[in-house]
Amino acid sequence: MQPAELSAVELVQAVRQGDLTAERCTEAFLSRIESVDGRIHAFLKVDREGALRAAAAIDQKRRAGKPLGPLAGLPVAVKDALCTFDMPTTCASKMLANFRPPYDAEVVARLRAADAVIVGKTNMDEFAMGGSNENSAFGPVHNPWDLSRTPGGSSGGSAACVAADMTPVAIGSDTGGSIRQPAGLCGITGLKPTYGRVSRRGLVAFASSLDQIGPMARSAADCALVLETIAGHDAGDATSLKEPVPAYSTDLERPLAGVRIGRVPAHFGAGLDPEVAHGVEEAFAAFRAAGATIHDIDMPHAGAGVATYYVVAPCEASSNLARYDGAHYGHRAEPGRGHRAEPGRGHRAEIGGGHRAEPGRGHRAEIGGGHRAEIGGGHGSTGFSKDNGGFESALEEMYCRSRAEGFGPEVKRRIMLGTYALSAGYYDAYYAKALRVRRLIRQDYLDAFQKVDLIGGPVSATPAFKLGEKTGDPLAMYLVDLYTVCTNLAGVGGISFPCGFTKSGLPIGFQLQAPALAEPLLLRATDRYQHLTDWHRRRPALAAAPG
Amino acid sequence: MSSPILGSTPAHGSLTRKDVAKVALLARLALTDVELDTMTRELTTIVGFVGQLEAIETAAIDPLAHPLDTQNVFRDDVRRPSLSTAEALQSSPRHDGEYFLVPAVLGDTGAA
Amino acid sequence: MTANAPPLPSSFTTVIGLEVHVQLQTETKLFCGCSTQFGAPPNTQVCPTCLGLPGSLPVMNRRAFDLAVRAALALDCHIAPFTKWDRKNYFYPDLPKGYQISQFDLPFSADGQLEVVDPKGGWSRKVGIIRVHLEEDAGKSMHDEGAGTGDTRIDLNRAGTPLCEIVTQPDLRSPQEARAWLNELKLLLVYLGVSDCNMQEGSLRVDANVNLHIPCDGGPEAGGRIAKTPIVEIKNMNSFRSVERALVYEVARQFAEWQTTKAEMGKTPKQTRGWDDPAGVTRAQRHKEESSDYRYFPEPDLVPVTVSQAFLAETRGAMTDPPTVLRQALEAKWKISAYDADVLVNQGRDLVAYFEALAEAVGEGKVASNWMQQDVLRTLNERGGTIGEFPVRPPVLAEIIGRVAKGDFDTSRGREIFAEVLSSGRSVADVVASLGIAAVDDDELVALCRELLAENPKIVADVQAGKEQAAAGLIGQAKKKNPNVNPGKVRALCVDLIRKMG
Repeated sequence: MQPAELSAVELVQAVRQGDLTAERCTEAFLSRIESVDGRIHAFLKVDREGALRAAAAIDQKRRAGKPLGPLAGLPVAVKDALCTFDMPTTCASKMLANFRPPYDAEVVARLRAADAVIVGKTNMDEFAMGGSNENSAFGPVHNPWDLSRTPGGSSGGSAACVAADMTPVAIGSDTGGSIRQPAGLCGITGLKPTYGRVSRRGLVAFASSLDQIGPMARSAADCALVLETIAGHDAGDATSLKEPVPAYSTDLERPLAGVRIGRVPAHFGAGLDPEVAHGVEEAFAAFRAAGATIHDIDMPHAGAGVATYYVVAPCEASSNLARYDGAHYGHRAEPGRGHRAEPGRGHRAEIGGGHRAEPGRGHRAEIGGGHRAEIGGGHGSTGFSKDNGGFESALEEMYCRSRAEGFGPEVKRRIMLGTYALSAGYYDAYYAKALRVRRLIRQDYLDAFQKVDLIGGPVSATPAFKLGEKTGDPLAMYLVDLYTVCTNLAGVGGISFPCGFTKSGLPIGFQLQAPALAEPLLLRATDRYQHLTDWHRRRPALAAAPG
Repeated sequence: MSSPILGSTPAHGSLTRKDVAKVALLARLALTDVELDTMTRELTTIVGFVGQLEAIETAAIDPLAHPLDTQNVFRDDVRRPSLSTAEALQSSPRHDGEYFLVPAVLGDTGAA
Repeated sequence: MTANAPPLPSSFTTVIGLEVHVQLQTETKLFCGCSTQFGAPPNTQVCPTCLGLPGSLPVMNRRAFDLAVRAALALDCHIAPFTKWDRKNYFYPDLPKGYQISQFDLPFSADGQLEVVDPKGGWSRKVGIIRVHLEEDAGKSMHDEGAGTGDTRIDLNRAGTPLCEIVTQPDLRSPQEARAWLNELKLLLVYLGVSDCNMQEGSLRVDANVNLHIPCDGGPEAGGRIAKTPIVEIKNMNSFRSVERALVYEVARQFAEWQTTKAEMGKTPKQTRGWDDPAGVTRAQRHKEESSDYRYFPEPDLVPVTVSQAFLAETRGAMTDPPTVLRQALEAKWKISAYDADVLVNQGRDLVAYFEALAEAVGEGKVASNWMQQDVLRTLNERGGTIGEFPVRPPVLAEIIGRVAKGDFDTSRGREIFAEVLSSGRSVADVVASLGIAAVDDDELVALCRELLAENPKIVADVQAGKEQAAAGLIGQAKKKNPNVNPGKVRALCVDLIRKMG
């Protein structure tokens, strides 16, 4: 039995029945990681020993006749934005390169308690800010379908990991599309649950009112299995919902007859790639065939989603990221250089250009160790602008330089944007204004869900784009989030899954959105679709089973 | 701006280099001269883009800061174990085993 | 009055407003389960939440909110039906998240007042409360001497401790009033169990805003105007006494400065000055750098709190009488003076309970109050400790007082007995016996008086001649013969016997 060919549901069953040991299963995926991740760079940390130790303990438990957790033996990769007490948690930032949390995120703790095997931490855009994974301080992730292309972001490492069969499931986080968009670009299934459905405790915060953790897997059924474990109330997260967690896995097979799916004509505007449009329309047709009805609906304020999001998210981020100042943990600039000229240490010039994509280059930066020199390179104080430097104390210098050195350009941009939008004189024009539009956007959803049960459409306007293609143009990169940000602004749930491939062999993603707490319907609709189609079973050539 | 979604970039108050330097100070980000120029250009573009919100009528709309309607979430006043000092300090860039150490905070005691 | 304060002209009005931070008496911090106990070794009462570690989240302490509401109700505040928390963003190493969770535009309470009354009836002052809000404290930073060198040490044990911030209207008119008002505030909060208000441990901190309103050109009546000096915020005052001293100093300094600069409010930015207690002066602190802009916005990790009328009624019902009510009640019930009631109430709830138990047992308030003030309080001050630990409990003291009243011994003998009971822990009867203070029976007393009269024919003659006061001369001799005699009784009996000799 080749573990990589089994679904998560099948793997867990095989381990429970003793057809497969957790150790053998874990070993199979670890070897897979070792053989392909050099080309993909989905992982920032692989914990071979820890994973095998956990697997052995599960096998031991089974042999001793003790009850096994619902995810027994299931290898899981976790986005490096979730705290793990036994592995570094870097958020793909130089700032946290050496950070070791003294605690597990609630989701990680629940996975461990369910006997899942945490194999490692996945690469991502720094602090989850980005839609291409090129903002990782440790180098980008490559799309398993075409290594010269982005896997999407920010949970690009988790998406590529699953797409390349390195683990059957991975955990991602979604603030404006960071699960759904990379799932779409990598041809896998990714669920962003309703805000508050999954505890955020231990998820390194990007934008607290938007962040949500969710499962990424090959199928809706596998997502349902994982969501059953990670969802549920956490008394340690005041924004966690108290509603009981349904058994998502048990209601997947009910037919879709009578389910109304909304279609937003404005989604099919000029910016939508024709091949993507075609794939999405085909998916609507498939849903119709499955018994659902399709209704054109209007989401009048959806067009303002990206602008709203790029005020709200940076404002919260500018505050959430204030704690990274070098004082208590994280990167601290070396002291004393502020008063010396160091002509040799030029500052980085590429800030405006963003990261250079370097697909050809070997990645696998060592976490906790060095970084790419151009990111870690210090700034001699003579390099700082006189308009901005002139630190009034050693402490101020430490703050300003630690943050300058520790954060990458996109993170700085968003901190700057949020700081500006919250500052005296601009709050009303930007932050308060965006919050008013946010209410209108949420109202659009409330109105729409009076008429339909789900809203369908594209998850991304284009298939995976080339690494480096948008890095010089931050705004073009922001527009990648066009179809996904409103879900987060409204706090509802969304799922994306493959609905076809372009002629050049790139996955096309379809997105469904549902009212708050309608995860059962999202998963069921996707599962029904996946019973009619086999897009989700396709594997990139790279991913042919090894040996 | 080439994006079909945007149309043309709305004219919105553009930021000066001085504005951006002030924001950088607020955000405690040291920027080089080159970075300051780039940041000014990029923020001007982005702020111009989000300026499209201005055109949306919201006079009668209350801000929505959070998607949840939940209220009154409390915990009981019951002690839970704290971390050990070693755990608290484990990722600290500089400490003496008891305290976090940071560069001197100047100016609090001296006369102006 | 501080030695270095120059004399003041009386022609201006001092305007003072206070900002008081009070630590709420909870077991745990505002947003996490770490202990708030004072004095623990550094960085031992910390967790991911109060360290501001990545991914950590706050959850509000219910008791902290309840205590805060109790404080606001006692200050006569309006409690908002809907309240929320905001982030106040600034960088400082004792603030690990880079923001403080506080309340900005929708504090949970506003518009209250607290009056302070001079117990001697000299004056009173009603001070408006602008707002009371609930926020978290920062940690502690310790700067090495010789600033500029070495490291600053950070202890985050305090970070996240629940605080009520109480902001008053600028209603106080003198440094003395400010001190008296603070005493009253402290008393109120301690009575309600909201805070221990221990300034040494940082559970109460005060900043004062002060300026002067100076009539110019004869003032408004003469067609002139009022000049207002720039408002100065004074910090670093670590006792109510230093608040008073700092204000006295600052008033003089502002007046002197005004005379030379004529600088008025609004034309210069608000200044912050620190109180240097040993030197007895305020010193200008560096202006907040231009980069201070708190960028408040709603805290997305917490949800709002709504307060129902039922909750308020329940909270009110559970609150004990505030000091003002208690003073009046003691005055009325026990017929003691306002001054005495004030002294008793100002000592705290436990002392009042002791007094009431004593008065109850004695059956009279005035005498009980005298014993409290002259004996119990004095002894308590000398010995230290609390009234709860005071070894002479009300029934015992009542027994002594009762026997004095009965005439078994006089008050000074009573005091000796009190002191002996206090130091030995023995019963009153035991002490009376061991001191040989046996009650003198009437036959014995008559015999003693007869003896005295026989020995003092002159006094007998004087009394017979109508000079009754001459009998006083017998008391000392009576005491020599038997120290246990009651002087009043001796005197009365002797006079009676002389008359009968008639």
